[in-house]
Amino acid sequence: MTLVRHLVAAIVAGAVIWALSVQLNAFRDFQMAEIAVYVVAIAGLSVLLGLSGQISLGNGAFMAVGAYACALLMMHLNWPIWALFPASAAVAAAAGAVVGLAAARLQGPYLAGATLMLAVALPSLADQFPGVFGGDQGLSVNVTAPAALGATFPQTRWLAWVCALATLITMVILANLARSRVGRNWRAIRDDPVAAALAGLNVAWLRVLAFIVSAACAGLAGAMLAVTTSLVSPGSFTLSLSIALLAGAVLGGLGTLTGALWGGLVIVLVPTYVTDVATSHGLSGGVAANIPIAAYGVVLIVVMLVFPQGIQGGLRRLATPFLPTPPTRLGPPGQRPPASEHEGLDSPYRRPPVSEHQEEGTS
Amino acid sequence: MIRSLSLRLPVIAAAVTASLVAAGCGSSSSGSGGGAAASVPGITKTQILIGSHQPLTGPAAPGYSEIAPAANAYFQYVNAHGGIYGRKIKYTYLDDGYDPAKTVSVVHQLVLQDNVFAIFNGLGTPTHLAVVKYLNTNKVPDLFVASGCDCWNNPTAFPYTFGWQLDYIREGKILGSYIKQNFAGKKIGYFFQNDEFGQDGVKGLDFQIPHSQVVSRQSYVPTNVNVGPAVAALKASGAQVVVSFSIPAFTALLKLAALKLGWNPTFVVSDVGSDPITLAGLLEAFAKKGGATVSGNALTQGIITDGYLPTLGSTSNSWIALFKKVHDTYDAKAPFDGNVLYGEAVGYAFVQAMVKAGKNPTRAGVVKAVAGGLAQGASVAPYDYSASDHGGIMGAFIGVIKNGAIVQQGPVLTTDTTPTGAVTPFTGPQPAAPASGMP
Repeated sequence: MTLVRHLVAAIVAGAVIWALSVQLNAFRDFQMAEIAVYVVAIAGLSVLLGLSGQISLGNGAFMAVGAYACALLMMHLNWPIWALFPASAAVAAAAGAVVGLAAARLQGPYLAGATLMLAVALPSLADQFPGVFGGDQGLSVNVTAPAALGATFPQTRWLAWVCALATLITMVILANLARSRVGRNWRAIRDDPVAAALAGLNVAWLRVLAFIVSAACAGLAGAMLAVTTSLVSPGSFTLSLSIALLAGAVLGGLGTLTGALWGGLVIVLVPTYVTDVATSHGLSGGVAANIPIAAYGVVLIVVMLVFPQGIQGGLRRLATPFLPTPPTRLGPPGQRPPASEHEGLDSPYRRPPVSEHQEEGTS
Repeated sequence: MIRSLSLRLPVIAAAVTASLVAAGCGSSSSGSGGGAAASVPGITKTQILIGSHQPLTGPAAPGYSEIAPAANAYFQYVNAHGGIYGRKIKYTYLDDGYDPAKTVSVVHQLVLQDNVFAIFNGLGTPTHLAVVKYLNTNKVPDLFVASGCDCWNNPTAFPYTFGWQLDYIREGKILGSYIKQNFAGKKIGYFFQNDEFGQDGVKGLDFQIPHSQVVSRQSYVPTNVNVGPAVAALKASGAQVVVSFSIPAFTALLKLAALKLGWNPTFVVSDVGSDPITLAGLLEAFAKKGGATVSGNALTQGIITDGYLPTLGSTSNSWIALFKKVHDTYDAKAPFDGNVLYGEAVGYAFVQAMVKAGKNPTRAGVVKAVAGGLAQGASVAPYDYSASDHGGIMGAFIGVIKNGAIVQQGPVLTTDTTPTGAVTPFTGPQPAAPASGMP
């Protein structure tokens, strides 16, 4: 039943995206593809952080793994795009499993530190083995629109379609996963690992699984990025990418899939829009160049002040009085709507409501 | 629960719609240049719109971020003096932070949305490689890439792309021929950045310097500032001359590491990493961090390098005089240094190309104009542009740093990028800058 509803919703969203892609110009189509990349990557991180309660500053590195897997499979084996995406996700998932095994032993700042190292170290492997990974110049990835669409069909629109489709499929899978037993178990280990272990859950395995899912999403996003930009190079997978993903997840609303969309929109559109405004108002070069970064910072601060639960959390709070029943919650501790809420399937694993202060103490 | 689920994805759809519609509205105001009767993108009766990707922020920004404003200063000078056949140049340069993925994004924006006539002076090898295929597939002129990679000189694969500055292979050959003549029999060590910049440079050096003379080859990656082991290996090899294809920060690190070991070989440094003003500043800053005080100018004294533009100190040179004047009028906030000179000189080359393309320029027309050859401009050596050569400046002079300025030694040398092509002195005088300041 849930699956059917998610599928219907995805089809509706797909139709809207299709209509938009046809209406908008080629550059906006390109931006749609870019947004899709970030939405998938942020959704993956959001699941890890919001559902399983683990942090990762290294998802940019998993994107690199997926992107390089995509480029290498395409170069050497000439795989078609529909096979490249799942394969890249699988390779990144394998990398995620390895990291997850180590990560399951770490918590909080230690986990952040370990994954931070990953983000810094992994992309520079490309410089160490230029023969395989093309060094600083990277590898080129050439995917062209199928000839059946016609010679004049805009390449960027096709990219937007491919990336949007991959994103919708990922979203449906993640939405179902979040509502499955696995999703509930994640929430249980997030809220209280000791209680969850006493209830018979394998906490370590669940943590590794969350890492695998998150890395698979990042890997898919990396492959989408490779196809969109027709290039994979270490310069695209800097530490700031990993931080941007985390910022996007928090900004959008942790643990919510819609939040991932908001995060992706902000990351892609705010800098472009602000640059347009800054240059059209004739600001001097040095100022105009730094305004997008400043604007991004301002958005981050304002959202955190006004909507501490992210954009999606804020919108939901604004909409709550008008909703017939309280919405389900996916967020981490501290983002809990009022205690009067029933959460059906969630409840067996939930602790009785506690004050925010106490909860912070446990994390 | 079920109701709330069914809300979720339509919410996503609505959100996409709202934001993209908003974005679409924003774009209509900024999309310029498309409205004219002329069918050539970026060209109207009164304007030529060109774009570029530049590292205005991020690690490559210091120094390099001065280049585009300097080119723009020259364009403003041209615009104030009647423009090109009455058209004023509008130069939109967007920040890519030296991130190739960002480069792809901003170049798509420039080409698809802003409808630029050409991409001009896109900066960086890894960044520009990310878009070179795209530009050529879409037949967008890709003029005067700001990188010395030999890869731009590929008229078969990239007919719309032209390099400009002296490429690293030629530079390596020119430095190599000087070393071969002046340090015969001495032990040579290489220190180079382990990417296309350093590797191409070494390739050029190897075309000239006998392999038996090279006793050690050490490389670095820009992300690892620990050059100590590499420098120790160079010293241990007994090298008497160290050739360095490095960016300024690593030239400074090399020099300081050698100083620490009490080792003082002759340094030969590529043009990219030898700007005396930049180097002196870096040397003093790095030494201070390590708790020592050094005189930057004293340490750069005697470094051998090369240059393909007139030296900044040669105030009697008509090009330096022109660019100084333009700089003082339109870009006075920036220091008049090597980067500013570069920006103005490459801006001049673009105006040359557009003038040659005629009163009704087309994208194919400007490519044909450049491939037909450009007259030597601000550079000390001529351009190699032809149907089969899209490289750019063919040669440079050897210089030595004295008291914080590069002093030219001997004639300008020109060469090609082949293993056997000779390095020959270029005897033609550099043509003076036009009195009008415009081609």
